[in-house]
Amino acid sequence: MSDKTMTADEVVSRLRSGMTLGIGGWGSRRKPMALVRALLRSQVTDLTIVSYGGPDVGMLAAAGRIRKLVAAFVTLDSIPLEPHYRAARQSGAFELTEVDEAMFMWGLHAAANRLPFMPVRAGIGSDVMRVNPGLRTVTSPYEDPSTGIRETFVAMPALRMDAALVHVNRADRSGNGQYLGPDPYFDDLFCEAADDAYVSCERLVDRFDDAVPQTLLVNRHSVTGVVETPGGAHPTSCVPDHDRDEPFQKLYATTPWPEFTERFLYGDEKAYQSAAQAWHEERR
Amino acid sequence: MTDATRPSPAPSTGAPLPDTRTPPLLPPTRAEYCVIACAEAWRDNGEVLASPMGAVPSVGARLARRTFAPELLLTDGEAMLVGPDGTPEGWLPYRRHLTMVTGGRRHVMMGASQIDRFGNQNISCIGDWERPARQLLGVRGAPVNTLNNPVSYWVPKHSTRVFVEKVDMISGVGYDSAAEAGPTATRYHRIPRVVSNLGVFDFATPDHSMRLASLHPGVTVEEVLAATGFGPTVPDEVPYTREPTAAELELIREVIDPQGLRDREVPG
Repeated sequence: MSDKTMTADEVVSRLRSGMTLGIGGWGSRRKPMALVRALLRSQVTDLTIVSYGGPDVGMLAAAGRIRKLVAAFVTLDSIPLEPHYRAARQSGAFELTEVDEAMFMWGLHAAANRLPFMPVRAGIGSDVMRVNPGLRTVTSPYEDPSTGIRETFVAMPALRMDAALVHVNRADRSGNGQYLGPDPYFDDLFCEAADDAYVSCERLVDRFDDAVPQTLLVNRHSVTGVVETPGGAHPTSCVPDHDRDEPFQKLYATTPWPEFTERFLYGDEKAYQSAAQAWHEERR
Repeated sequence: MTDATRPSPAPSTGAPLPDTRTPPLLPPTRAEYCVIACAEAWRDNGEVLASPMGAVPSVGARLARRTFAPELLLTDGEAMLVGPDGTPEGWLPYRRHLTMVTGGRRHVMMGASQIDRFGNQNISCIGDWERPARQLLGVRGAPVNTLNNPVSYWVPKHSTRVFVEKVDMISGVGYDSAAEAGPTATRYHRIPRVVSNLGVFDFATPDHSMRLASLHPGVTVEEVLAATGFGPTVPDEVPYTREPTAAELELIREVIDPQGLRDREVPG
């Protein structure tokens, strides 16, 4: 079995400016933040980001790396509005494809299934149609048995990506990933919808002997690289390994970006984790 | 879950018995009328998921579940379906939650940064979408929700900033927009009610425009009209939102929301 382990910087060395990147997790939950931090250390820019957005989008927006965002929302959950994302939008910093949460999900399904689109009963009647003039509709070839009507749906285009970044609780060296929290989010779909997928994990394991079968979410055929990054989702939640770091998230949301980067993002991942820990110790 | 259990009675010490008669209940607060108005949205809904957004709707949904609508399903706010005491009874991660939406077995009560006379709702941004004056959440699931399962709204601070003539970015689809979009949009579209800190509104008018359905006790029609940026239909006789029962008040105050989250959303 091929050993797919690599460092976060090695992952980023395979990414290019102008790529379309999918980022797993949801809001401020189980985000591959160590991989995002590695991306921030690189020169990779001009990205199209596809995300159920949280601080991943906020940080990349603050650093000016986004050319275009595909999203239904950007939030820090306990802090409803992501400040860096807001600032970027209010200054017109990048292009936005704003779709509904379900449209987004069916776009991932279409990409994972190599279909050009999926029909969805969502979007029509809302201003999602106005702000996405490229969205097309499709009429059912079948008459509805009860109404006799052939309904017209939005044809949500496939959200195909050059690469996907996700973070899980456990992974093995060949790229199988396990989640141990309550929600898989859409990480398996992100991996299947991307040409390459990189999985970071809290801990590498040799085997999954006693695993509950349904926890083995990401399968190795859809994974290019595996990175062990304990605390790699910080400050987002990665239960049961750790909850969201609420005080730190608040600090992130209230600190001007240059100040935050100077204090926490000046070095590598180890330096980041030490700086975050030092900040907590100072507060005691 | 945040339900607290009732305090247990003090152990007998042989000392003179303390006065254990229940003191008379304080009259309902505005927040508690709002809780009742929200809870009533889920009456007779059957075995569907009640999805409340906000503190008052959450207390309302749990009150309904514990009293007149025991069939309702509730989540723990993450991925589990739970009973009133927080015991898991099912698994509902986002992917299945979205299927519950499109399957229609759900009644959500969402917030609204703006809402108009036909129930078009905005949570996306204020101002020009291209470069908004204020970026808010984004459309989230409002487009899919409004076309697939009943959607009610909760507005804790009724004002002309929220109740507007025209919303800046239609996130949740209103009756006029659904009609314009055709039968695929209208088929499962329904907005049962809008609850604010002043009253309850519905769309039971010939053109499905907003109507004042009830006033919370202590509120006048004039107050509502002054805080609304369009002219809702006002019937000749406007009823008051119903009174909570003594049992309901006790549940709200002692069991469901002892920390008083409802009062932080709707100050007395």
